[in-house]
Amino acid sequence: MGFLSIDNVTKSYGAVRVLHGVDIEVEEGEFLVLVGPSGCGKSTLLNMIAGLEEISSGEIRIRDRVMNGVHPSRRNIAMVFQSYALYPNMSVAKNITFGLEMHGTPKDQREAALARVAGMLQIENLLDRKPAALSGGQRQRVAMGRALVRDPDVFLFDEPLSNLDAKLRVDMRTEIKKLHARLGTTIVYVTHDQIEAMTLSTRIAVMSGGHIQQLGTPRQIYDDPANIFVAAFMGSPSMNLLPARLHVSGQGAVAEIADAEGAPLRLPVRGNFAGWDGRAVVLGIRPEALTDPGGADRAARDVVALRNRIDVTEPAGADTFVTTTLAGRDVIGRLRADAEVRAGQIADLAVNMDKAVLFDPETELRIG
Amino acid sequence: MTVEGASRTGHAARALIYLVLLLFALFYLLPFGIMVINSLKPLSEITGGNMMALPRTWTLEPWRAAWSTAQIGVSPTGLAPYFWNSIKMAVPAVALSTIFGAVNGYVLTKWRFRGDTLIFGLMLFSCFIPFQIVLIPMARSLGILGLAGTTPGLVLVHFVYGIGFTTLYFRNYYAAFPTELVRAAMIDGAGFFRIFWRILLPSSGPIIAVSVIWQITNIWNDFLFGTSFADFDSQPVTVALNNLVNSSTGVKEYNVHFAGAIYAALPTLLVYVVAGRYFVRGLMSGSVKG
Repeated sequence: MGFLSIDNVTKSYGAVRVLHGVDIEVEEGEFLVLVGPSGCGKSTLLNMIAGLEEISSGEIRIRDRVMNGVHPSRRNIAMVFQSYALYPNMSVAKNITFGLEMHGTPKDQREAALARVAGMLQIENLLDRKPAALSGGQRQRVAMGRALVRDPDVFLFDEPLSNLDAKLRVDMRTEIKKLHARLGTTIVYVTHDQIEAMTLSTRIAVMSGGHIQQLGTPRQIYDDPANIFVAAFMGSPSMNLLPARLHVSGQGAVAEIADAEGAPLRLPVRGNFAGWDGRAVVLGIRPEALTDPGGADRAARDVVALRNRIDVTEPAGADTFVTTTLAGRDVIGRLRADAEVRAGQIADLAVNMDKAVLFDPETELRIG
Repeated sequence: MTVEGASRTGHAARALIYLVLLLFALFYLLPFGIMVINSLKPLSEITGGNMMALPRTWTLEPWRAAWSTAQIGVSPTGLAPYFWNSIKMAVPAVALSTIFGAVNGYVLTKWRFRGDTLIFGLMLFSCFIPFQIVLIPMARSLGILGLAGTTPGLVLVHFVYGIGFTTLYFRNYYAAFPTELVRAAMIDGAGFFRIFWRILLPSSGPIIAVSVIWQITNIWNDFLFGTSFADFDSQPVTVALNNLVNSSTGVKEYNVHFAGAIYAALPTLLVYVVAGRYFVRGLMSGSVKG
């Protein structure tokens, strides 16, 4: 029995069903990230945990207490909103203690809690200001302070970093992670940013179309995607997905694709592919598995060398991304920054097949 | 064209604009100016001379007369008691319609329910009902309620008639108010009225100004409801002014009439001068964001 249980929960607006039987068990102290494109139902699910939207069917429990129909203020949760939702007419101190005041906490306790949280977030010097006089990062801190002060069972974060500029976002991401490490409170965090999902979470639920596509640790999600959607959604640049034909024999399985000139390229794959001999599959190769020969993982078991024309190079500082053509598709490779490649030239490349994955083109599910 | 030449035409165009604006301002001020000038003259100067001329003898007597001694209908009371009637009518009616409009707007945007747009549509509809249509049903209703011919009766009429407008204003203003704030307050444990009082109302200054100005102007200047539903002792100042001007006995004291008309217009004028810029600001904030 989990700390936070989401048990076969659905949500419908009239005849339109936006969440289909979601099941998630969250352990105490876990950092669960709900990630997916807009409209996938992740914010709806979060709002249902918060009690801001009704549950159409199924059950949500926190600490084994059924939350269906319980008012948001009685669930012992705290929420950080995308827009921060700071009360514009109140000072920072009032914003943070408003919830305690509503719950009838005596003034001296409120002030002690305020001092504790303000110290933790280093916002002591902002307490008298109004939200309008704060920068984006400061507002974000105050919004977190308002959630922290309640000492809740579960923190809910609704895309809290999406209104910040790129640098601040990375800083705040680290701070949230530190905060979680220090407090050990259970967190449910919604984002559409797969990097946030990977870096912050202890477990990720990838959502699309009102379904959980996959629930697992960041490593499971990244290395063992359950279907093409998860494979393509997680990772940046996203996974290269190539039409291939599978040949299975006594020596093992080989996926055959065509290189830029149309010559067949035979790539060994590992796994149980019984019954797939001769059939069409989708081969997934992450950009970092297509690299310059010197950059290939020395511990890898199956590395295939190939020579291919480089169409585009994108030096990103730490790495150089290149676009080349395989099986008639543009594919992206990730080379070391000092790899000697130029657009329009033929270059030596290496494909690390250890982490290659195969999918059924019809069901889009993982095979092998 | 040189830069200097361009700036010279710029100055010329600017001068022309100001000239035109000045002319229009004078044109619009003229009627009020004539009223003020003639209210400060003895009657003989008006009947025997030029309405446009400045007074030869300045006097405040017409103002005193209009306020406290002029013949209104049958009694020589001046406008003073009716002015108070208007205040006793307008202040509660404005306050009530603004408060109810605010609560309606809050419910219609932040506590949506099935059929809320229909309800709002019907309330909006009330903005377009001509005054004349409601006279007879309203007279009957006031009679049943025992409020016929009283100031509370007039307050009720204006309050009910104003709700449509104030609801429209507040609904559009609150539609632009972030719903996440309401949700945050819900999680913080604030209830329906606490959220309204502590979160929404403190941010409603501009739209309250709009609602109050609009309602004061309409209610203070109303003549039809005042003349239809009020008794002699509850008539608002607009009706009394009409009775002053139309008194059939004695000579027409134009200077007193002018002074009386200014008395009747003064409160709305004052409200515009004091709060006019909030009015424009509030209308803008509602329309642009909503």
